[in-house]
Amino acid sequence: MRLINRHPGRLSGRALAAAPFIAMVALYLIASAVRHAANPADKLLPGISQMAAAMNIMAFTQDMATGDYLMLTDTLASLQRLLEGLAISVGISFVIGISVGMIPYLRRLFVPFISAFSMVPPLAILPILFIIAGIGEAAKVTLIVIGTAPFIARDLIMRVEEMPKAQLIKVQTLGASSWQIGLRVVVPQMLPRLIDSLRLSLGPAWIYLISAEAIAAQDGLGYRIFLVRRYFAMDIIIPYVIWITLLAFLFDFGLRRLQRLVFPWFAEAKAQ
Amino acid sequence: MKLTRKAFLKSSAALAAGAAVVGTALPAHAQAKKKFTLAWTIYVGWMPWPWAAENGIVKKWADKYGIEIDVVEVNDYSTSINQYTAGAFDALTITNMDTLAVPAVGGVDSTSIITGDYSNGNDAVILKDKAKFADIKGQNVNIVQYSVSQYLLDRGLQLHGMTERDVKIVNTSDADMAAAFLTPDVTAVVTWNPIVEQIDADAGAHNVFNSSAIPGEILDLVIVNTKTLDANPDFAKALCGIWYETLGIMLADTPAAKTAQTEMGKLSGTDYAGFASQLKTTHLFSDPAGAAAFTKGSQLIATMDHVRQFLFAWGMMGQGATSPDVVGIEFPGGHILGDAQNVTFRFNADYMAMAAAKAL
Repeated sequence: MRLINRHPGRLSGRALAAAPFIAMVALYLIASAVRHAANPADKLLPGISQMAAAMNIMAFTQDMATGDYLMLTDTLASLQRLLEGLAISVGISFVIGISVGMIPYLRRLFVPFISAFSMVPPLAILPILFIIAGIGEAAKVTLIVIGTAPFIARDLIMRVEEMPKAQLIKVQTLGASSWQIGLRVVVPQMLPRLIDSLRLSLGPAWIYLISAEAIAAQDGLGYRIFLVRRYFAMDIIIPYVIWITLLAFLFDFGLRRLQRLVFPWFAEAKAQ
Repeated sequence: MKLTRKAFLKSSAALAAGAAVVGTALPAHAQAKKKFTLAWTIYVGWMPWPWAAENGIVKKWADKYGIEIDVVEVNDYSTSINQYTAGAFDALTITNMDTLAVPAVGGVDSTSIITGDYSNGNDAVILKDKAKFADIKGQNVNIVQYSVSQYLLDRGLQLHGMTERDVKIVNTSDADMAAAFLTPDVTAVVTWNPIVEQIDADAGAHNVFNSSAIPGEILDLVIVNTKTLDANPDFAKALCGIWYETLGIMLADTPAAKTAQTEMGKLSGTDYAGFASQLKTTHLFSDPAGAAAFTKGSQLIATMDHVRQFLFAWGMMGQGATSPDVVGIEFPGGHILGDAQNVTFRFNADYMAMAAAKAL
């Protein structure tokens, strides 16, 4: 049988999926053990017990100064910023994406501008952003919006343009107005695609969130990482990074589930 | 060309072989160490290093001791410390506080061989539209947390009968401090030069407390990995030679000194006037005898005690540290603060004394 037609079984499939993770952990543990043999107080590659001790303090012990569980406070603060930013971003880009995608006049007016604007690196114009949005919560949310909205809007515009022309002509012969076509034909088909686009934007959204928290903050996952980096506390940074990765993965997983649940027809259409 | 399986396998094998050759050609560890690196970051008290490298002074002293010295710039101060601690550099320009908090707590035994200068106004607390330090009470303070800025703020609060509970700290990146001060919600900042100068130029800015009020406490050092130093004292001798020759040139009252300062200014992104004004708020130990005497003095021990208490209070002496005594700090003459079994930070005045005696 050809290699491209051979499929792993259920069990061996799982083993294969787990192998790279196990290899990475093993490699880390070996490197960490080597460094600790040379210097028992090594900070670069902390061992499991060091990280567990650090997490015990960050996640399960009340902070002496504030009485908070720091990791919980950080997580809630970051999630609030992330969700606010993404909600605004999705709202703006959905309206822009559908109207610009459908209406030729708007297309001529906005498409070149949005294409150009989406290329501006937001982190390079931070001082201007500070003047507009301050350096508090609003600035962090704004940074996420500026970082993700143009991408989602552009993606939706292209998806609307890709719709089969025959479909639009058909509804027009049935007498639908532009408004009706938008609400009854375009929007329902775009909603699952919006979820796809949002999933792809999660990575950049986390990057902008963490950058924003590095600039000026009092709490947040990115704040903590940049703070303890000053004294090289990798025993806190590594678990935080794993935690962020897990949260991002759960978001992605949740959106995929949501898509399958609410728009079952979409997955079927994609499979064909 | 058609990509056949044979061609594909052949080219892959060639690539792998090439990579293997390159890999083995790099010497893993040279037997007798002859090549050393000193890492520096932009700061007025450290600009003599790149200038000395550009003007052949580094090479001259390295040749004298038959070694090679690489003077490399690192863009970001924190990164330079972390890289040194991870073992990427042999020597580093760093403050006394950061040496204790990172390499020393991280078990990397380091020796300070040059006490270069102390901040004499380079670090400052600046309030917007308020003229007294006491007005800081209740304000949000934008600051690079866990840096010497926070040490300065703590000392300021202490001297004015307050504690950090009287203010609210907002961790802010030094790169964005000047821009942050321009926004209405930022009313108090603590930062260092050249940012202090930039912010002081603002009409509403009041410099209410700065490091000239705690002279000799925020020290800029050159540290060397103690293992490397013990095996290669010539490296430290060369560094001291370079340092005092360069200071001699730049601090003389000559046209050459002005040229040197202009060039150092350029290297740090300012000009002669900017550099000269930053020099005014930096107390350079121009005379090696004075530097050695300061390093042997009792004030340094008291300062390091302040510093370690500060670090301990903020949890920077390591996870699970039960007292500031977990690491030992050794001073010239053998006095030790903290754990004598775990000395990882040593002040050494020998090389400065050699420079003073012209024995290098």
